[in-house]
Amino acid sequence: MYDFAYHKPSSVSDAVAARSGAEDGTYVAGGMTLVPTLKQRLAQPSDLIDLGSVSELKGITVSGDTVTIGAMTTHATVANSADVQSVIPALAALAGMIGDPQVRNRGTIGGSVANNDPAADYPAACLALGAIIKTDKREIAADDFFTGMFETALEDGEMIVSVSFPKPQKASYQKFINPASRYALVGVFAAQTGGGARVAVTGAGQDGVFRVPEMESALGANWSPEAVAGVSVDAGTLNADIHASAEYRAHLITVMAKRAVAAAS
Amino acid sequence: MPTVSMTVNGKKVSGEVEGRTLLVQFLRENLHLTGTHVGCDTSQCGACVVHVNGDSMKSCTLLAVQAEGAEVTTIEGLADGDTLHPMQEAFRDNHGLQCGFCTPGMVMSAVDLVKKNPKASEHEIREWLEGNICRCTGYHNIVKSIQQAQQTM
Repeated sequence: MYDFAYHKPSSVSDAVAARSGAEDGTYVAGGMTLVPTLKQRLAQPSDLIDLGSVSELKGITVSGDTVTIGAMTTHATVANSADVQSVIPALAALAGMIGDPQVRNRGTIGGSVANNDPAADYPAACLALGAIIKTDKREIAADDFFTGMFETALEDGEMIVSVSFPKPQKASYQKFINPASRYALVGVFAAQTGGGARVAVTGAGQDGVFRVPEMESALGANWSPEAVAGVSVDAGTLNADIHASAEYRAHLITVMAKRAVAAAS
Repeated sequence: MPTVSMTVNGKKVSGEVEGRTLLVQFLRENLHLTGTHVGCDTSQCGACVVHVNGDSMKSCTLLAVQAEGAEVTTIEGLADGDTLHPMQEAFRDNHGLQCGFCTPGMVMSAVDLVKKNPKASEHEIREWLEGNICRCTGYHNIVKSIQQAQQTM
């Protein structure tokens, strides 16, 4: 690992100031992706701005039908939250499926969403539930946030403060796990929301997480596994790697979508 | 160089580190607590698991400076003098280890599980061990060890 200057601010404003004062700085949330990246010398930031002491970024609040999760809230906290379990059980279940227990004790929702790993779980929840990503500057709808593989609408130095999820009528996340990495080989989040049915797929797309409009309209007419059984995603738009071919991922999307619709509660 | 202070196994410690010093390096090289192992160094294998403020974490994927002010417990902090911790005793009773390399992380991870979910089923125990890799035992005796410790912890 290359060395860097280390900062530990205790407020969002101090963190943003430290980041803008750095030549080539980066925020570190839980560090579950960034620290391994640094160890492999795949990144060389001049400054590391640790958000671990920014207490205003931690915690879960429920207001009406909206669950708001602070960016520095860990996966374990979300998975074990009685509030999240009761308002959006699919979201708590998703958080409990990320990585392994030690990763869940450390990794955060803000870090996961900002990183937008094409096989990460949270981006699928954000997109399927129509989440709002709040930053230190503005609010961004999930539909506008995830712009490509490891790419987001965040500007240089912009920081995620929280993510707000509206309560769906019913939802489920079904993940076909890569047994080695615990990332999603394919993960499908299906939700019946106030704005209609929404289906988001992670793990498969060449540009990261994406929605499947054909499945959404089929589910809008008839919320049942049979409605999506005949819809398949074009393998030409999907990832192929040593773990799975694009055709296999296309097959899995339909299978996992059927399971998600059947399991939605 | 930054100075880092934390409580390790009940004892206040501090030391000079680089920003990039990993917690596991600080434990092993500064404090000479070599019970915490580095296996894969890529946060997969779990040999480096310690407790930070009561939660199990992979100390190879944490900077020492990120543990500033934290309460850290390593495998050395479990036993009470010559009396093994019930989880350590259970691993010994059930042949829950062969070469022993993964054992410190297994034990620390298992203690975290039993504290949080004392009645974990066999399935839940196996799921919990997702982040700990053992090349010797095939896991059966590790699961048996943890089941015994559920009764004795």
